[in-house]
Amino acid sequence: MLGLRKVAGVITGAAMLATSAFGLGTAQAADDVIKVGVLHSLSGTMAISETTLKDAVLMMVDDLNKNGGLLGKKVEAVVVDPASNWPLFAEKARELIEVDKVDVVFGCWTSVSRKSVLPVFEELNSMLFYPVQYEGEESSRNVFYTGAAPNQQAIPAVEYLMSEEGGNVKRWVLAGTDYVYPRTTNKILESFLKSKGVAEEDIMINYTPFGHSDWQTIVSDIKKFGSEGKKTAVVSTINGDANVPFYKELGNQGIDAADIPVVAFSVGEEELAGLDTAPLVGHLAAWNYFMSVESEENDAFIKQWKAFIGDDKRVTNDPMEATYIGFKMWTQAVEQAGTTDVDAVRQAMYGQKVKNLTGGTAVMNTNHHLSKPVLIGEIQDNGQIETVWRTEDVVVGDAWSDYIPESAKLIADWTYPYVCGGCEKPMY
Amino acid sequence: MRITIKTIIAALLFLLATQASASADLADAAKGLLSKNYSDKILATETIAASGDPRSAFLLEALLGGNLYATKSGNRLVSREKVSDGYQIKDIVTDEDLGVVQSGDLSKIRINNRMRGLIKDLVGRLTLLNEDPALRLKAADSVFKSRPKEMIVPLSDALAAEADSSVAAAMRRALAALNFVHGDTPEAQAEALLILEEQSDPEVKSLLSAEANRLAAIVNPSPEVQEFAARVDRALAKVDEKLAMLGIIENIFQGISLGSVLLLAAIGLAITFGVMGVINMAHGEMVMIGAYTTYVVQELCRNFAPDLLVYSLIAAIPAAFIVAGLCGVAIERSIIRFLYGRPLETLLATWGLSLILQQFVRTIFGPTNKEVSSPEWLSGTLEITGGLALTYNRIAIILFAAAVLFMLLLVLRKTSFGLQMRAVTQNRRMAASMGIRTGWVDAMTFGLGSGVAGMAGVALSQIDNVSPNLGQAYIVDSFMVVVFGGVGNLWGTLVGALSLGVTNKFLEPYTGAVLAKICILVFIILFIQKRPRGLFALKGRAVEN
Repeated sequence: MLGLRKVAGVITGAAMLATSAFGLGTAQAADDVIKVGVLHSLSGTMAISETTLKDAVLMMVDDLNKNGGLLGKKVEAVVVDPASNWPLFAEKARELIEVDKVDVVFGCWTSVSRKSVLPVFEELNSMLFYPVQYEGEESSRNVFYTGAAPNQQAIPAVEYLMSEEGGNVKRWVLAGTDYVYPRTTNKILESFLKSKGVAEEDIMINYTPFGHSDWQTIVSDIKKFGSEGKKTAVVSTINGDANVPFYKELGNQGIDAADIPVVAFSVGEEELAGLDTAPLVGHLAAWNYFMSVESEENDAFIKQWKAFIGDDKRVTNDPMEATYIGFKMWTQAVEQAGTTDVDAVRQAMYGQKVKNLTGGTAVMNTNHHLSKPVLIGEIQDNGQIETVWRTEDVVVGDAWSDYIPESAKLIADWTYPYVCGGCEKPMY
Repeated sequence: MRITIKTIIAALLFLLATQASASADLADAAKGLLSKNYSDKILATETIAASGDPRSAFLLEALLGGNLYATKSGNRLVSREKVSDGYQIKDIVTDEDLGVVQSGDLSKIRINNRMRGLIKDLVGRLTLLNEDPALRLKAADSVFKSRPKEMIVPLSDALAAEADSSVAAAMRRALAALNFVHGDTPEAQAEALLILEEQSDPEVKSLLSAEANRLAAIVNPSPEVQEFAARVDRALAKVDEKLAMLGIIENIFQGISLGSVLLLAAIGLAITFGVMGVINMAHGEMVMIGAYTTYVVQELCRNFAPDLLVYSLIAAIPAAFIVAGLCGVAIERSIIRFLYGRPLETLLATWGLSLILQQFVRTIFGPTNKEVSSPEWLSGTLEITGGLALTYNRIAIILFAAAVLFMLLLVLRKTSFGLQMRAVTQNRRMAASMGIRTGWVDAMTFGLGSGVAGMAGVALSQIDNVSPNLGQAYIVDSFMVVVFGGVGNLWGTLVGALSLGVTNKFLEPYTGAVLAKICILVFIILFIQKRPRGLFALKGRAVEN
């Protein structure tokens, strides 16, 4: 048994090393610090996207401390690694709240991880800021959603493609990764398209597993689907790094953005960084933020990020802006409430305003979603996304989609008289 | 080709119009491109094309290719070329040399998809008579796609003057499409239909089905229309049939391509698991290490020998073999040799090892994916006919997998090391008493398997993400292939990989990618019930006990 014991020892040792490295001094527990929990995967499939958000929170905390902290106290980040393992998210969330006694948590990326921590936050009445675009159909008292709801991303993107400017698209491929976000978004989009008079046979829906890498068949199917005499577009809710081989295959099979444009909801600057974008020029992305937008706030943010991370080539993206807005709003709300008590901060959150990095002002609504502008951009050969269309004004995030009959009648409003995340009539 | 009086008049009018506007100043028209508004830019693009100026095609191509810039100081439209100390800029209209500037002094003229389509169409019309056959081919294709009526005459003229047969074929197709859509007489349309139905191209199908839809929608059609609709339907069926045939060929190719990827991933495992009986869960990580070696080799090339960058992938093959092979030897010597004969413990230990290796790579290279660029000769497609195009990178991987298999067979059959390896597999104690250093053979065999996995990593870096998780995606598939093909048999691995690949690709269009995988898994489980030793069972003493 000697060999096995040795190996086991090595593994446990490495695991302990990893925990202590990520723990960042959890031992320090005092009243003069405010603790911010960070619940993002630092290993596993989602590490590629989520590590950046962890760094963004650390940067904001660092910045806050340099400017005198919050309520006169030092702010401390407690970082844990849920390792892209959905049940582990719930365990780590409980650990953050019960053991580390954090005042707020910034975290999660995939909807399945959010759904997994939701009961924990509700049971322990803590607060989570969720910074990623998602499928909607949810509003929890304990979660603030700073990413886009479907009406702030998917619906405007499809409307743009239907317009003269976007190419009068008549045929739609809805391609996504097989989990809750793409399935719900596609359900909303399908009923939206049908409400606009698109026939059943003009919609093709396709799902692939996480990390899918052999896209040959699907891409040639898309090509065939697009050769039926009607302008075709692909709406992609493909998530994570499966996008890279997908776009590579598109480029290799010569699908040109002028013929069949692909509009993606999960592809940002960070995902494009691992890719030669020359064959992809003209494919679209819909977000609330692009790094290429020129504004004073954005320039300052990019500069701060590059300085913090110490790499001039690193890019910024939409979930980072959402993290930035959420963090700013939380600090403002804490200052206004004069305490980090969850119930007091929650009340102070409503109506909180923070300047968007892309211009205009984001406002936190009583349904726990933000009002933000919607941007549609085209991928450029330098890996950036250049805005080609944007909403005149901010769009109010809608928790319950109007295009799903069961949810169209639901209202999310956490203030009197409704006080609910999804009800038809006021509770009081 | 019949030319009616009407088309002649139309052509004359078109020529007159272009002549009249030829005097319009190109530079003036180009100023419109400086606008931020896309409608203004579209207007400017159309004016430029209509100006008839010989530079207009050049300007539009620069715009399309993303090489049109405005100087920030004087708002002049320029093209740029990289030189050692900045960018050499030239006025796009006058071709005047404006000296060297830095990239911050220029702002790119951006276009959107709508403009991109428009410019392609306009450039196509302007370059039909270009000297470069490749450009003429592109021009013919873009006219085929946009099908503007006024191009019938210029296209017929261009076709009459065309010497290159492949360009002529493309022009004939484009002209047929034009006549089919805009033809004035049923005869002209019918004649065009005869050419179109010989094509095997999704675009032609698209054109014909659009027309078929239109004809079907006519209320109370006249007998002529009915007859024509029937002809279009027949032509459509003909094209469809050809496309279906090509679809099957394409499917087989894709299946073989998937199979060769599986083969590459599994063939190293066929040695470590198949020959040595070690359940190596860290096999995928050897593939990952190979892919990262490719990345490092490419970065080294980029920094120290940029001229050799195109060959970096080839240089990465031996490098990946050596790096992954050495890792394999180290793993065998430090962990696995203590665990021979205890499969469960080997499984757990190598599983833990795979996690450690992943996190190790993540710590060194960071969690984000690394870009391994594809050299020019691996990008794009080999167009066999209109509807059938095979991508170069997939073809290269098929050839590479075949080469690796062949080399491995040579090593096993023709070298003394291969002989010793087979001897140790078949009867370890007998081999040891013959003087073979079994420990050394074990280490080398494991190193060989790992090294081959590293070479697979080079190939996978071309089609998948170079990330710490790369290996995990292939480990289950690899085991499936080895178990299905028959443990310890390279030919079995080949047949297993190809048959799983092809089956998967034939299932996928009907079931979707997720269900196709499940079906394959269920099939293998059932198959293993019937034949526990896989397709090609190895016979020998090692297997018996």
